[in-house]
Amino acid sequence: MSGPSATGLRATGLPRWILVPAAVALLFVVVPLLAMVLTVDWAHFPALVTSPASVDALLLSLRTSAASTALCVLFGVPLAVMLARSNFPGLSVIRGFVLLPLVLPPVVGGIALLYTFGRRGLLGQYLDALGIQIAFTTTAVVLAQTFVALPFLVTSLEGALRTAGSRYEDIAATLGARPTTVFRRITLPLVLPGLVSGAVLAFARALGEFGATLTFAGSLQGVTRTLPLEIYLQRETDPDAAVALSLVLIAVAVVIVATVHSRGKDPVR
Amino acid sequence: MRIRAVAAAAVLASVPVLAACGSGADGADTLTVFAAASLKAPFTELAERFEDANPGVTVELSFTGSSDLVAQLEQGAPGDVLATADTRTMDAAVAAGLVAGEPASFATNTLTIVTEPGNPKNIRMFADLTAEGISVVVCAPQVPCGAATTRLEEATGVDIVPVSEESAVTDVLGKVTSGQADAGLVYVTDAVGAGDAVTAVAVPQAAEIVNVYLVAALENSQSSGRAGDFVRFVTGANGRAVLDEAGFGAP
Repeated sequence: MSGPSATGLRATGLPRWILVPAAVALLFVVVPLLAMVLTVDWAHFPALVTSPASVDALLLSLRTSAASTALCVLFGVPLAVMLARSNFPGLSVIRGFVLLPLVLPPVVGGIALLYTFGRRGLLGQYLDALGIQIAFTTTAVVLAQTFVALPFLVTSLEGALRTAGSRYEDIAATLGARPTTVFRRITLPLVLPGLVSGAVLAFARALGEFGATLTFAGSLQGVTRTLPLEIYLQRETDPDAAVALSLVLIAVAVVIVATVHSRGKDPVR
Repeated sequence: MRIRAVAAAAVLASVPVLAACGSGADGADTLTVFAAASLKAPFTELAERFEDANPGVTVELSFTGSSDLVAQLEQGAPGDVLATADTRTMDAAVAAGLVAGEPASFATNTLTIVTEPGNPKNIRMFADLTAEGISVVVCAPQVPCGAATTRLEEATGVDIVPVSEESAVTDVLGKVTSGQADAGLVYVTDAVGAGDAVTAVAVPQAAEIVNVYLVAALENSQSSGRAGDFVRFVTGANGRAVLDEAGFGAP
């Protein structure tokens, strides 16, 4: 991490005392991670993270997170474009609803999904009548992850769209390009970096999803027990395995954050 | 009486500076009881009765899974009394040198089938849980109720294929009361606590698989006299009456 040097601070006129709370904030994040790394039982680490239960959980997590990220892109991109480019009464209310899963405790999201897609839920009862069961399936995991990850994609993409402005789109339209062509040839390429970082953030959020999955999808090896659920369960009997798996999750998260960080330097953001 | 969030207790325990502001200096009049999650209703009632019987004493209760309780105490969380839902977790506490004296058994619990109210799928016995089209939720083998479920499967020779293995018995109950699953295996006390939200179907072989609840005063207690009083209160007539009502068996 490349923090500002002392000369950099003076140059930008930041007061020196800011360094103290800033250092506290940094340590607050770094020390617990360090404490966990120091706890890892390295001798058994390979065995702990390659047990069938661990591998199943990791693969399931990667698979479901990829699926929910795809859903977020498919439905989130149009939503972000609508929020950034249109102007009608009630737009801010819609934006508020889109952001809600960000501030909602995940377990509340899980309960809400349960009463929507559950067997007796608002939509679930009709799906059940059609013979479609969502509870206890991998689909339930993907729904839970999409629910919590969608705002990440929509917000970062909407920000990118607003920063990019609509100048080129307007020009293309004056030159006779139809709306779909403008969207495909101008809008999307222009905000592609923003879209990629939004998608990566959504993937990261989906990967860490725990509360909504536990409440809504259940927990069964290879079907619904994602990495966070496996960590939570392993903690009961094998804290070493829980710590080892946590480290795997942190490693994946670090790679993701690094990707977003390098994307963040893009002029469009 | 205050029920302190378990997470808060864990955080306070790991940050000494904050713990000093949080727990207060009146250790002698405050008794901190770490109890298994399934004891929430009876222990809340017992704590009130204990406070009435000992004016000036405040009982703080911290409820979570038994393994978590022991883990928190091992990490230095301050407590006076520990009550676990099985012998395995209490043995771990004894092995870690957390317990003062001999733990006392004070209650028992057994498993039962719970179904949706009225038992619409007509589940009559344990073997019915393997029938086509019946979705069953159980506890994961890693937690006490799941270990008991595995033993029950061995005792009956019936191999259940669950749709989910939850990490807490309350989650199993929740999946049945919300109608997600047709049946679940929970403790008798959970079925009693759920009232009309479920129908319990007794399993005769379950009577042989008994979870024993143990209570003990803790080595690091600041008021070992009071801690001993509370242990005797739980194992005595008051405890028996309250635990009986919640569906717990006698030790």
